[in-house]
Amino acid sequence: MNATFLVLSAFLASAVEMVEALTIVLAAGLARGWRSALAGLGAATVALAVAVAALGPALTVIPLSALRLVVGALLLVFGLQWLRKAVLRASGFKALHDEDAIFARELAEAQSAARVERAGVDWYGFTLSFKGVLLEGLEVIFIVLTFGSAQGSIPLAAAGAAGALVLVAGVGVAVRAPLARVPENAMKFAVGVMLTTFGIFWSAEGAGAHWPGSDASLLGVLAFVVLLSLALVRMLRRERRLRLRAAEVRA
Amino acid sequence: MRHLRSFGRFWWDFVVGDDWLVVALVALAIGATAALAHSGIAAWWLMPLAVVLVLWVSLRRAVARG
Repeated sequence: MNATFLVLSAFLASAVEMVEALTIVLAAGLARGWRSALAGLGAATVALAVAVAALGPALTVIPLSALRLVVGALLLVFGLQWLRKAVLRASGFKALHDEDAIFARELAEAQSAARVERAGVDWYGFTLSFKGVLLEGLEVIFIVLTFGSAQGSIPLAAAGAAGALVLVAGVGVAVRAPLARVPENAMKFAVGVMLTTFGIFWSAEGAGAHWPGSDASLLGVLAFVVLLSLALVRMLRRERRLRLRAAEVRA
Repeated sequence: MRHLRSFGRFWWDFVVGDDWLVVALVALAIGATAALAHSGIAAWWLMPLAVVLVLWVSLRRAVARG
C-alpha cells in the first residue's frame, strides 16, 4: 500500500511541476525560437542531474530517524503551503491556476523582450527556458529524493517521476500547446494532501513518536487530512458567499 | 554580495514560501512532539492537531490579506 502511495505521490507531484515547466518551454520556443528554448532545457537538465548525483548518495548515509525528521518537517511545510493555496482556490478566495493564461502572459513577455545573442543562442529564450525547467525540476528532485529516501526506496519514487516525465513530455510534443485540459487544480489539491500526510507521519516519527498501528496509520492520517481540507473548503466557501451577499446588500 | 542575497532569497522563497508563520508553528509542534515522546508520553496525536491549527491560522491570514 505504501509503495503505491509513494509512486502515486511522486507521479502526481512531478506531473504538476512538469506541466508548468512545459508551459514555460513552449512559450520560450514559440516566441524566441526552439534552438534557445531547447538549449535552456538541456542546460537545466544537466544542472538537475548534477544536483541528483550530489544529493542522492548524501541522503542515503543520513540515519533514517534524522532523515525522517528533517524530510517530514520540510514536506509538511511544503504540503501546508500547497494545501493552503488549493483550499483558497477551491473556495474562490484565489483565482484558479490557468495554464492557458500563464502561457499567454509568458508568450507576450517573451515576444516583447529585446533580442540579445550569446554563443549563437537567443539569451532571453535560453534563460527563460533554463530558469523555468530548473526551478520546477528542483521541486521534482526534492519530492522524489525526500519521499524515496524516507520511505527507503528512491527507485520507486523515481519511477513515479519518470512516468510523469514520459506522459507530460509525450503529450507536450504531440499537442505543442499548454496542457490546459490537465485537471491541474485538482492535482495540486491531491499533492498538497499527500505531502501534508507524509509530512505529519514522518515528522512525528522522526521526533520520536510512535504511531498506533505503525505504517498502517498512514491511511488514517490521509483520511484525516482529506476530511480537514474538505471541511475548510466548505467553511471558506460559505464565508465567501456571505461576504458577496453582504457586498450586494451594501451596493 | 548581490548574488549571495539572491541565492538566500531563492531558498527562502523555495522553503518558506508565502507564510513564515507556517514554518515557525511546524517547528514548535515538532519540538513539542519530541519533548512529549522523550518524556514517555504518547505524542503521535500532536502533529495532526497542530496541522489543524496551522492551516486554519494560515488560511485566516491569507483571507484577511485578500
